[in-house]
Amino acid sequence: MEIMQIVGLGLITTIFYIVLKEQKGVFALQLTIAFAAIVFIMMMGKIQVILQVFEDLALKANINMFYLTTIFKIIGIAYIAEFGSQICRDAGTESIAGKIEFAAKIIIMVLAIPIIVAILETIIRLIP
Amino acid sequence: MDVGVVFKIAGIGILTAVLHSVLKSFGKEEQAHLATLAGVTVVLFMVIQLLSGLFDYVRSVFSLY
Repeated sequence: MEIMQIVGLGLITTIFYIVLKEQKGVFALQLTIAFAAIVFIMMMGKIQVILQVFEDLALKANINMFYLTTIFKIIGIAYIAEFGSQICRDAGTESIAGKIEFAAKIIIMVLAIPIIVAILETIIRLIP
Repeated sequence: MDVGVVFKIAGIGILTAVLHSVLKSFGKEEQAHLATLAGVTVVLFMVIQLLSGLFDYVRSVFSLY
């Protein structure tokens, strides 16, 4: 079970964090970043498998791959922005975390615009 | 995934904290700060390598660019 590894590593990291936070805050923060990256990389293999399944289903259903890759990109941007903003929030810089989330929202919006346009065009074609 | 990075960072952090206090008690403030800076740089190298690996992985999985 991978969850046991992650919980154990998380608890150990928390203890080291408490120890290091007293003397050197920089190392405590970098410890957090390293832990977050390790958990993320551990989960990435599983996410890849899930995305592969979705891709196969979309191929079977004859869905345009452009929409699926856009959705994957949006999910990826959301994950990575969450990762960054949570680390910034941990370090106490709320404003930088807010900026990261803001940028992620805008970039997701830009990626989503072609899908929105396609939906609107379909609706307009349906309405005579 | 190599979990050892977390322990390495914690070890370097504790070592640097001890080194800092020892050098400070000897009255060598400058070298204490330099030792701290060196420790931070070494740890930053590790963290940046980890992050670059993560970003490459995410980019390949989610086909970003």
